[in-house]
Amino acid sequence: MITKRIIPCLDVRNGRVVKGVNFHNLRDVEDPVELAGYYSENGADELVFYDITASAEGRKLFTDILSRTAERVFIPLTVGGGINTVEDFERVLTHGADKVSVNSGAIKRPELIYEAAKLYGSQCVVISADIKRVDGAFRVFAKGCREDTGLEGISWIKRCVDLGAGEVVVNSIDTDGVKQGFDLELLSAVCDAVNVPVIASGGAGCLEDFITLFKRVEKVDAGLAASVFHFREVDIGELKREMLRNGIPARI
Amino acid sequence: MIALVDYGVGNLFSLACSFRAIGQEARISKDADEIYRADRIILPGVGAFGDAAEKLKTSGLDEAVKSAAKKGTPLMGICLGMQLLFDKSFEYGEHEGLGLIRGSVVPIESAIDRPLKIPQIGWNALIFRKPSKLFSYIKDGDYVYFVHSYFASGCEEAVTAETEYGAMLTASVEKDNVYGCQFHPEKSGKVGLNILRAFCGEAG
Repeated sequence: MITKRIIPCLDVRNGRVVKGVNFHNLRDVEDPVELAGYYSENGADELVFYDITASAEGRKLFTDILSRTAERVFIPLTVGGGINTVEDFERVLTHGADKVSVNSGAIKRPELIYEAAKLYGSQCVVISADIKRVDGAFRVFAKGCREDTGLEGISWIKRCVDLGAGEVVVNSIDTDGVKQGFDLELLSAVCDAVNVPVIASGGAGCLEDFITLFKRVEKVDAGLAASVFHFREVDIGELKREMLRNGIPARI
Repeated sequence: MIALVDYGVGNLFSLACSFRAIGQEARISKDADEIYRADRIILPGVGAFGDAAEKLKTSGLDEAVKSAAKKGTPLMGICLGMQLLFDKSFEYGEHEGLGLIRGSVVPIESAIDRPLKIPQIGWNALIFRKPSKLFSYIKDGDYVYFVHSYFASGCEEAVTAETEYGAMLTASVEKDNVYGCQFHPEKSGKVGLNILRAFCGEAG
């Protein structure tokens, strides 16, 4: 049976992992390659790297990081951040990324999804959407969650999937950083609307939040989080064992 | 030397890295002669069957792969590269494959007994059906990483493992010196590396 995936996410700036990381047994906790290796050894099913660099030098550092990661980590690697053109896809795919996640780039120019899916296949095009409730409706936000695009969340995601996105990362701005659990209502709505894998993001505060997610939103495929893993509030191995105890398929 | 056949489909970077990780020299190659003379051959591939089959043909590498397989060179197809080993595929029309293993490639949708997401993306368990040299260092039930919308059918004699996704789907095949994995060993952690290791050492 196919398993539910657990995905740690690393924000990388100028070749270093940002958002404090609290590991005692790593030599260099800010080295994305080392951290990726650690997660891969400890049960992560996949990894996401977000490149939050703005400069050209930072970009170059990032692609070096990707290549070095691909040399020692043999699980799927998704890359996001600053993806606006098919050349950006090419740049990360030839340096070791398996999938590419687009967010603002697709809002600016939705055809990017179609062009990339045609060139590289839908399986490597991931749409990532930051969604927040405005007057009770789901709205898509851009520019690191600062700008309301006016787009309705569920129909935007459907449109992206129709254009060729093979996977969806749903990040709830309302639950992100609050650590009170995933946005089950939003995730259920997305899962009902599309027939591609849906990855839940935003809100994980403890192990139980993942169990609740997979039990309450049966169609969700994966749970993504950053700080709960980085700060060891949730140990992936322990989480997987708890999933199995709850009848949720997990890879151990 | 292991030749990774580069016919313009898919990114061979990770694959090359995974062989390096198990201490094997793998070369990404577009050279028919080099591929023909290689000790082992990997046929990778992602995307659509028709497009890939066409590119393999126009690159002229299809003949090199076929002749090498016929003289006994161990050959492993991965993902779409595995599907190309079969007679034909019904992905968007009907396309001819290399014909090295009898069978055809059909949509997962046509086989499953309940509505499931297509493609199958994620980690699923191998269910061994027959002993295979590729399984020397792994065990029944180990998880590997799949990304596919089509699967090989009508190839019962060659099936060495299946996976359950609404139906029993072909996960790996073996016929003499020709091997195929529907999943991505280069993305399947230690289990995947152990499959590649078996292909390099024990297999063939």
